[in-house]
Amino acid sequence: MAWVAATMLASLILLAVAGPLVWGTAADRPDLSAVLQGPSAAHPFGTDNLGRDLLARVLAGTRSSLLLALAATLLGATAGVLLGSSTAVVGPRARRGLAALINLLLAFPALLVALFLAVVFGAGADGALLALAVASVPGFARLAQTLAAGVAGTDHLAAARVLGLRRNRLLRRHVLPNIAEPLVLSTTTAAGTALVALSGLSFLGLGVQPPAFDWGQLLNQGLDRIYAQPLPALAPALAILYAALTFQLLGEVLAKGAARRGRPARPAGRPAARSGPADDELVLQVEDLTVELPTPDGVIRPVRGVDLSLRAGEIVGLVGESGSGKSLTALAVADLLPEHARVSRRTLHLLGADLAAMTPKDRHRHLATALAMVFQSPASALNPSLRVGTQLTEAVRAHRGARRAEAVEQATATLHRVALPPAVLRSRPHQLSGGQRQRVMIASGLMVRPALIIADEPTTALDVTVQRQITELLADIRRDTCAAVLFISHDIALVAGLCERVLVMYAGTVVESLPADRLATATRHPYTRALVESVPDLTGDRSRPLRTVPGASPDPLAPAPGCPFEPRCAHRQHRCAAEVPPLTGLDAGHRVACWHPLPPSAVPS
Amino acid sequence: MSVPQWLRHRPWTAFWVRRAARLALSLGIVLTASFAMIRLVPGDPVRAALGVDAAPALVAARRHQLGLDQPFPTQFRHYLDGLLQGDLGTSLVTGAPVAELVRTRFPATLEIALLAFLLTLAVALPGGLLAAVHTRDGRRPHAELAFTALTAGLAGVPDFVAASGLTALLAVALPLLPVAGTAGAGSFVLPVIALALAPTAVLVRIVRVEALKVLSEDYMRTARSKRLPPARLYLRHAAPNMATASLTVAGSLLPAMIAGTVLVEKVFAWPGIGSAMAQSVVAQDYPVVQATVLITGSTVLLAGLLVDMLLALLDPRSAIREM
Repeated sequence: MAWVAATMLASLILLAVAGPLVWGTAADRPDLSAVLQGPSAAHPFGTDNLGRDLLARVLAGTRSSLLLALAATLLGATAGVLLGSSTAVVGPRARRGLAALINLLLAFPALLVALFLAVVFGAGADGALLALAVASVPGFARLAQTLAAGVAGTDHLAAARVLGLRRNRLLRRHVLPNIAEPLVLSTTTAAGTALVALSGLSFLGLGVQPPAFDWGQLLNQGLDRIYAQPLPALAPALAILYAALTFQLLGEVLAKGAARRGRPARPAGRPAARSGPADDELVLQVEDLTVELPTPDGVIRPVRGVDLSLRAGEIVGLVGESGSGKSLTALAVADLLPEHARVSRRTLHLLGADLAAMTPKDRHRHLATALAMVFQSPASALNPSLRVGTQLTEAVRAHRGARRAEAVEQATATLHRVALPPAVLRSRPHQLSGGQRQRVMIASGLMVRPALIIADEPTTALDVTVQRQITELLADIRRDTCAAVLFISHDIALVAGLCERVLVMYAGTVVESLPADRLATATRHPYTRALVESVPDLTGDRSRPLRTVPGASPDPLAPAPGCPFEPRCAHRQHRCAAEVPPLTGLDAGHRVACWHPLPPSAVPS
Repeated sequence: MSVPQWLRHRPWTAFWVRRAARLALSLGIVLTASFAMIRLVPGDPVRAALGVDAAPALVAARRHQLGLDQPFPTQFRHYLDGLLQGDLGTSLVTGAPVAELVRTRFPATLEIALLAFLLTLAVALPGGLLAAVHTRDGRRPHAELAFTALTAGLAGVPDFVAASGLTALLAVALPLLPVAGTAGAGSFVLPVIALALAPTAVLVRIVRVEALKVLSEDYMRTARSKRLPPARLYLRHAAPNMATASLTVAGSLLPAMIAGTVLVEKVFAWPGIGSAMAQSVVAQDYPVVQATVLITGSTVLLAGLLVDMLLALLDPRSAIREM
């Protein structure tokens, strides 16, 4: 696209320079024997009322059309930018006054202002140029004001001010250079607008006056006879269009270029795979689940070979730092990943049905009725413009064919189940508290009577007392409905108190899977142990700083060949850096992915 | 502008007070500008209108008739008095009352401006949503490129150039529609399309970006997790959440569309305020120029107010946010 814009611009400049030299004489040579002719071999676009060749006039008119537009733009931009950017260096009172003035002037369309001023300044090229320049001042001023406001808040301007630099120096050295790029960009677009507006003024008879001419004036003359010959009107119209599109395209190309700058690049990673036993009575059975996401810097693999299974009525915790892949695992199971994500798995069974083998329509229906999701932030996960009642009832109405009255009745009952009054049905999400919203989210999931509830950090956005109410609610629901619950959290203490079984994820893989009651004393993976030890408790020595897991998660773009936790592990040995440890069973219900599992022991305090 | 203490706790009242104050101030600017124009033009407007060789007595009589021989404050008072009584002066060219001309021509301008605005909304809102649905998450990159190129091109077509081109194509080369005038419904088609073309292209791009933003919101993921049918997903869940931003942008396109009627009406000899302005400017018929500038300017301001009111009713937060 860039070379198209460049070619168009070059052709315009060439025409503006060469046009009057080459076609100037032909454009001004009257020929009374060939007045108002249509297109012919001698005059491809016909002739005007003095018999002058219209093709020559359109080509020769390039210079005046372009020069006037550029002059008006530069004049308007200079004045506007000075006015707008001065708001960054004057006091607050003057700044507010200037901003109000710019706002007021912006209410009027530039073309109308230019028209008005052109009348006041008198018809003619100079008047039109000046009128247009003045009319474009508020637009430039507003742009410069917005941009300068960004600069005004920065540290280096504050520092410059402390140094006691004078106002015009501040403006010249510190404000203008920092807003130059977007300004140049808008000036390009504005030049196109100015060309169109000036042509418009000439078209009305207010701009360039005979014997001088530009495209707008040619269009005006051509339009009078458009019924007989369309070409004399069409040719200058096309010329205006060509120039307008050139500037428009140029602006787009410059904007794209500005947006693309500044972005590093790195290549992608390497797969890993594992397997586990199969079972027919499982609500959810996932084996070897891998998610790949293309990013601007290369493909990353945020989930690698995860195995996961839940029985009816079981509540399982999925724990890990942010970025460990736990939420993406949940979204992959629910088939809610973004379009460009690639998911591969050996097994993905929900209620015994193989999701991969289903048609998209069947999979849709099966997921809709068997699975419910509860998302992290109830403030954004509920639609702000729909009533709670609508959001509760729509799923059963769409998938179970429930009638409105039935659905509302069920919604009232479900709200009661999550301890909310029926009046909530009529409210909108912003009228509810955070805890109430999360109850609505849970109720919304319960409406389809799911066999599996995936709760993705359902309490992270809530305060501690509300957190407790929500986890108790989930535990109650599991007991009453026998739904399996997959509880995703970064909070290992919360998970330990709520769940029966815990999976610990690190860098896209499950590193340990164990019964929740073993978390306190019998963790075997160094990462899990570090997580457990980082939990503050009431008996700990408060004079000591809180323990944290030192180091950071590995770079997803450049995975190392060995155990992903190796760089942060206090117990690492030679093998750890070379080979990825598989998830191996230690005894029934306890598996760990570590070459050198820690001995089970009491947690040091 | 600072907010007085008693208004701080009444965001709604404060919003309307500020809005009314701004409107009054802008209307004042329009009034003063339209009054000052005839006094600011270089040379003697009356002599210019009547011709260089007009008898001095006639010029003096016309000046007196226009009140131009009185001091400025008196003239301004007379101007405002006249406006309040619906008197916009008389045309220098035809001698007919300008108020009559405005009354007969204003509806024609309103019709095409309103139709063009509605057409813009009717095409751009569903079009932008549709484009977003089909190109989200980097799907169909070629379609996205084509969409961007097409809308960028159309957004750059000036309204009067579009008007000329459409006339040449659909009225002259293929005589499907009337070249000019107001004969029947067919005569509306070209002026309305010419006015709506570029704004539609601008708006449809912005609506697409807004829709992409809404489609990636958490609540859309919630809605998708309920496996709702696409129509419900996009119309009930997505559309209401992109309405405010889209209408704000649409409203900002409206003033330029009203101003565009001046050029477009000239192309189609449309009997509205715009073509009256175009004619009177060339004929230097200043009372008519004055009145048309006043009317067009006020229309722009009132349209802005209407859009703001609509937005405030639709999304109360937009009004409060302005504080």
